[in-house]
Amino acid sequence: MQFGIFTVGDVTTDPTTGRTPTEHERIKATVEIAKKAEDIGLDVFATGEHHNPPFIASNPTATLAYIGAKTENIILSTATTLITTTDPVLIAEDYAKIQHLTDGRVDLMMGRGNTGPVYPWFGKDIRQGINLAIENYALLRRLWTEDVVNWEGKFRTPLQGYTSTPRPLDGVAPFVWHGSIRSPEIAEQAAYYGDGFFHNHIFWPAGHTQQMVDLYRRRFEHYGHGTYEEAFVGLGGQFFMRKSSQDAVNEFRPYFDNAPVYGHGPSLEDFTEATPLTVGSPQQVLERTLGFRDYVGHYQRQLFLVDHAGLPLKTVLEQLDLLGEILPELRKGMAEGRPANVPDAPTHASLVAAAGGAKDSTVYAEADSATGHRAEDVEVTA
Amino acid sequence: MTSLVVVSAGLSNPSSTKLLADRLTAATVEALEDVEVVHVELRDLAHQLTDHLLTGFAAPELAAAQRAVAEADGIVVVTPVFSASYSGLFKTFFDVLEQGALDGTPVLLAATGGTPRHSLVIEHALRPLFAYLHAIVVPTGVYAATDDFAGTDLDARVSRAAGELAILMGKVSRVDSAVSKRRTVEDELAAPTPFEELLRRASQG
Repeated sequence: MQFGIFTVGDVTTDPTTGRTPTEHERIKATVEIAKKAEDIGLDVFATGEHHNPPFIASNPTATLAYIGAKTENIILSTATTLITTTDPVLIAEDYAKIQHLTDGRVDLMMGRGNTGPVYPWFGKDIRQGINLAIENYALLRRLWTEDVVNWEGKFRTPLQGYTSTPRPLDGVAPFVWHGSIRSPEIAEQAAYYGDGFFHNHIFWPAGHTQQMVDLYRRRFEHYGHGTYEEAFVGLGGQFFMRKSSQDAVNEFRPYFDNAPVYGHGPSLEDFTEATPLTVGSPQQVLERTLGFRDYVGHYQRQLFLVDHAGLPLKTVLEQLDLLGEILPELRKGMAEGRPANVPDAPTHASLVAAAGGAKDSTVYAEADSATGHRAEDVEVTA
Repeated sequence: MTSLVVVSAGLSNPSSTKLLADRLTAATVEALEDVEVVHVELRDLAHQLTDHLLTGFAAPELAAAQRAVAEADGIVVVTPVFSASYSGLFKTFFDVLEQGALDGTPVLLAATGGTPRHSLVIEHALRPLFAYLHAIVVPTGVYAATDDFAGTDLDARVSRAAGELAILMGKVSRVDSAVSKRRTVEDELAAPTPFEELLRRASQG
């Protein structure tokens, strides 16, 4: 069972002080938060992708590569990678590169994105969102698994004799999760490929999550990747903890009431009841989190959103300290009653082992047919 | 069992919107056999509707109302006229319905207002909305200004609209009389209305 955090990289005014961090502060804070996540023993750090203010989450690959250089063990992931508006050829190159740089500490979560104008900015049509996700991902897989790709589709220019470089580390593509809240087509896609399915979980009632995970598990079994219980499920989660639950409520309420997503809407009390948001003591967060299994079954990855709604960096780091304190209990609790056939989330090591060991997947370019030279062998003289 | 859902967006209590909704409901129930009526009062769901706009999901009571509407065999909708159109509360309910929830569902449109000058609101505001939602809209819409509650014309429009809704719902108890057809010139030539009847009607106003 993996535990981690995910960020959307929002630049939000702290409602208690009226102060808004600069982009620079927020970007640096993201790195601090990721390092802290590793320090407290979390398994995963994931960043979102946005291409508009008030977010600093553009260019996730640079962020992840930089964090990769500053950390040792934590898995770097996305939440989510915009498979609709990002060229799959670039995704194939970028994440294979990060695989090499971080020795395989990377996986991805595909998502369609929820900012309408991003589609036209990148020359796409939001009404084609599902089709883009399906076609682009089918191409991405081929770019990672086939050395030479001839491809023609609807949404990007055709490829002839194209080799995506670098080839995936050890000949094994990064593991992929597919995230969706209410689109059954995406659960179906994840199941078809035997990939993971991640439900954002945090802003919606548990019933939505349960329906989508159930569909994914049924279809995972249908496509022959394993049993219903063996499918790879990830969930989001959201908490605010203090030693005393009343302190947690008092401190978090102004952030909740003014939050970009649900602020000025339901009360904190109604929202915590309707969704997995837990505001209270570490013990309450522990118990609520362990209860997620009641409606999705034993699962593989739990990511929490902790740095949002204008919470200052200091507070976020304190939240991570508290998460670190209950982490052993979370791991122990999740292990209880877990059937032996329920797998862990795939990692680079487990995927390499499943593939029968690492192999060098480098594609060495052939010599030029006219000169007999390879480009890198030619001496350049001025 | 046929399911009839009545969505009413009146704000006061008592409200003329609710009053009109009740008359349309009674007339529709009379025209149908074996019907179950679900009342959706949007005033009671006002907070949950606003929350839904912000959070993207429905609290339990609103979710139940949405489910009832999606599963209905026929729907009566009644809104007060605010600023020359349906009220914001009324529109919000339909804004947060799941896409396709009204596909092919017969819907009777009705509205209330303080003056007869808003009577075309059904044609210029409500009908386009429900055409967009792919509902099957009953031909007769019922608009009631305050004065209409004192006259008898409203009754005739209510029963004609209710009869049309019952026909579209396909479960009419009295097929022939659900909608009283207007007499044509051919009808009059074949069997003229007796003059005493014409005399009586003329004085009825």
